[in-house]
Amino acid sequence: MIRDFSTGDLVLLLLAARWTIVLSLIAFAGGSVMGLLIALARTSRMKALRHAASGYIELFQDTPLLMQLFIVFFGANIIGLQISAWTAAAVGLTLYGSAFLGEIWRGCIEAVPAGQSEAARSLGLRQWQTNLLVVLPQALRLAIPPTIGFLVQLIKNTSLASIIGFTELTRTGQLINNATYQPLTVFIIVSLIYFALCWPLSLASRRLEIRLARRG
Amino acid sequence: MLDYTFQFGTVWREWPLLVDGLLLTVKLSIFSMVFGMIVATAGAFGSVYGPRPLKAAIRVYVEFIRNTPFLVQVFVVYLGLPSLGIRLQADHAAILAMTINVGAYGTEIIRAGIESISKGQIEAAKVLGLRPFLIFRLVIFKQALIAIYPALTSQFILLMLGTSIVSAIAVEELTATANTIQSRTFRTFEVYFVVTLIYIALSLVFRTAFHMIYARWIRVR
Repeated sequence: MIRDFSTGDLVLLLLAARWTIVLSLIAFAGGSVMGLLIALARTSRMKALRHAASGYIELFQDTPLLMQLFIVFFGANIIGLQISAWTAAAVGLTLYGSAFLGEIWRGCIEAVPAGQSEAARSLGLRQWQTNLLVVLPQALRLAIPPTIGFLVQLIKNTSLASIIGFTELTRTGQLINNATYQPLTVFIIVSLIYFALCWPLSLASRRLEIRLARRG
Repeated sequence: MLDYTFQFGTVWREWPLLVDGLLLTVKLSIFSMVFGMIVATAGAFGSVYGPRPLKAAIRVYVEFIRNTPFLVQVFVVYLGLPSLGIRLQADHAAILAMTINVGAYGTEIIRAGIESISKGQIEAAKVLGLRPFLIFRLVIFKQALIAIYPALTSQFILLMLGTSIVSAIAVEELTATANTIQSRTFRTFEVYFVVTLIYIALSLVFRTAFHMIYARWIRVR
């Protein structure tokens, strides 16, 4: 039965946005932890580690995220794990996030002048101390704008979780559209909700980038 | 442990379908790259040289597209436009949505390229008596293209990988083909694994092509 689009549907969409936010935050947190390891491996002095990390990054950069989600979702079955669409989306987006954040942060780590770590080493700091106390804090400053920029990508990409059947914002939009058959209204509202989530972050990222460029 | 027997043979037997899907993916990518570049060039021009209201309109377009998911844009075009009386075939809707999408990203990239050329160079060209069109072609365009080439081509790679998303509106490209084959053979993992490898190969081909175009026509020698 076809019904009209009502305020109740609007509330449903706003509530569904929670799942988009939760999924984004989980993928961002997981992706950050793994991404940091990837970035460190990518800038390590061990050749094998560097190659492994760059292979990992390229694998994710050269395949569609949708395929990555399918492989996690259906691949888990093969090793005997029945996972839900929710788990598959969280794991898939975390892996995807770790590869992209790893690559972004590699750039930031490499942008810290070599003289900094050479000086720290000659002052007698160990390698891990040099990394933790000298290089990473400076890299972090550079990393903030592009990291927020990537968070926007991540939020938008959680919409692909709808294709493997996780009911977040986009999928809720589809379900409401099936009941009301007012696709233009429904998907414009869905877009506006995404826009409200992403745009402030995009603005913040750009502001911080300009401020960083000015300070030099 | 793993009590699953991989059967890649069943997937390879469907190779004619895979080839069709692959060709459509390539076709969709190239069409939207070309149309997207036209939109992006016009958009960048408007946002640098246009009158104020046009600049504002382009700003809204770029920000709106860059801050909403591509999948939702596809739904608006394919499912939403018919209620305005614009009915499109799935393939055409996909190309339109991709063009609108990459046009917005491209506008930003090209605008940044144009703005990266210092005013002094343009003034110098004017003083030398070059006409506006020649100034654009020789001074701005060439240098801007070199500056933005890496950003532009990685956007194109993202676009190519993004075509997998239009499988959601029943466009029979590579990902949709994978879905069809897996529902027919039930060798789900094998199908997606093989198709992932095809995407990797495709990325490689596109990257190589972009590199050759750069070396042949764009790099200054």
